[in-house]
Amino acid sequence: MKEFKVTPIRNGTVIDHINVGMALKVLKIIGVGGNVNSTVSVLMHVPSKKAGWKDIVKIEDRELDPKELDKIALISPNATINIIRDYNVAEKFVVEVPNIIKGIMKCANPGCITNQNEPVETEFVVESKKPITLRCVYCDRVTTEVADNVR
Amino acid sequence: MSTTFRGMDVVSIRDFSREQIEHVLKLAEKMVPIAKGEERSVLLEGHVLGSLFYEPSTRTRLSFDAAMTRLGGRVLGFDQPTGASVAKGETLADTIKMVDSYCDIIVLRHPQEGAARLAAHFANRPVINAGDGAGQHPTQTMLDLFTIRKEKKSIEGNHVVIVGDLKYGRTVHSLSEALAMFGAQLTFVAPPTLQIPKEHLKAIEEMGHKPKISGSLEEVIKDADVLYVTRIQKERFPDPAEYQKVAGTFRIDLAMLKDVKKDLIIMHPLPRVGEIAPEVDATEHARYFEQAFNGVPVRMALLGLVLGGLK
Ligand SMILES: Nc1ncnc2c1ncn2[C@@H]1O[C@H](COP(=O)(O)OP(=O)(O)OP(=O)(O)O)[C@@H](O)[C@H]1O
Ligand SMILES: [Mg+2]
Ligand SMILES: [Zn+2]
Repeated sequence: MKEFKVTPIRNGTVIDHINVGMALKVLKIIGVGGNVNSTVSVLMHVPSKKAGWKDIVKIEDRELDPKELDKIALISPNATINIIRDYNVAEKFVVEVPNIIKGIMKCANPGCITNQNEPVETEFVVESKKPITLRCVYCDRVTTEVADNVR
Repeated sequence: MSTTFRGMDVVSIRDFSREQIEHVLKLAEKMVPIAKGEERSVLLEGHVLGSLFYEPSTRTRLSFDAAMTRLGGRVLGFDQPTGASVAKGETLADTIKMVDSYCDIIVLRHPQEGAARLAAHFANRPVINAGDGAGQHPTQTMLDLFTIRKEKKSIEGNHVVIVGDLKYGRTVHSLSEALAMFGAQLTFVAPPTLQIPKEHLKAIEEMGHKPKISGSLEEVIKDADVLYVTRIQKERFPDPAEYQKVAGTFRIDLAMLKDVKKDLIIMHPLPRVGEIAPEVDATEHARYFEQAFNGVPVRMALLGLVLGGLK
């Protein structure tokens, strides 16, 4: 067993290699608020073997759905998802930015029709994954300001 | 070709290939006598166009009306949102779904960017974007291309100088991308704060072009085949004195045209507010009124194609 700075979890998910400073955003995305029944631990600003600093979020008894994974990919394209079963890493994968992003973020253009009260999901075409560059299907605005617009 | 146009939405000029645009321009040429009232047509008889103008626009609205009427069709709609259910807070989506059932084609002008794409999403009928805020205005781009092609026989090889607000004027962006696609050589003239944004320059460079950037009209006007003038909006300048100065520098008058090519043509999407002095109207260079007229045959061609009357 490794040395842990927090209590190990038996079953759950470890979101590792989160861009430093993004841990709270990740918590918001996965809906960790007041009423959670399991342990959630957050490590912020820890040294990363890969490069510089990173954040880590560990959630007990919970796996992430595809929408949550897409959102995490948008704010932190290098995040690693580790599924823990019986204290061990049972599965590991890097999140992946999808080619089309539907509904999970708002358009950065305040003049965009999708920011009005219209019954429509936002939709973006991913023009580049590194750095993440999105084009709104509706207003055509191209943006790299992604993290602030993820809902 | 016909199968690709019938029922198609016309939201952004980027949705069209060069061949498709060329096809529209060729058909538009054939529409000219009908647009002028020299020939009659019943091509779109029995068809209804829903014309939804959430923002005032004299030229675009009237030329769509003229185009539809000249082809024997009818137009219903509104030219300002007051009184419409819009004023009562109805969503655009709901208005579109309703109008969709009253007509065969929808023409939309709306202040919000992306409104036409949204309308196309909710409508079963084809939607033509007649301008969405600072966004796209594809039929304007087509009539601009039509005007250059008509006056110069081809677009390729012409040196087009575009002057004015190149930063916020997004129709200028679609026009310049289209011009580059057709092989025109471009020069952008604007005050530094209103120059063409880097992304757009990049998009044009990726098409294998190297546009020139200049701050001085005098420097480049001599080599121009086409001078495309756009409005510089007062609102862009916090200081009115600064606006006056800039507007003055880019004003086209007879003195400015002293050394230009004999066959230079001057275009402007209109309305103008002082960018071109009235004394220029009588010169052999002025083409902005022809350009405004050209909106009719170009829109006729598009309506005919999208409604399936034209092949
Ligand atoms: N049972 C557990 N409880 C809590 N955290 C765990 C548990 N098992 C592993 N982790 C954490 O999950 C992450 C991935 O574990 P792993 O053993 O795969 O480390 P690694 O080899 O450094 O992975 P990587 O190459 O992705 O950085 C580490 O941050 C580790 O601390
Ligand atoms: Mg590690
Ligand atoms: Zn948008």
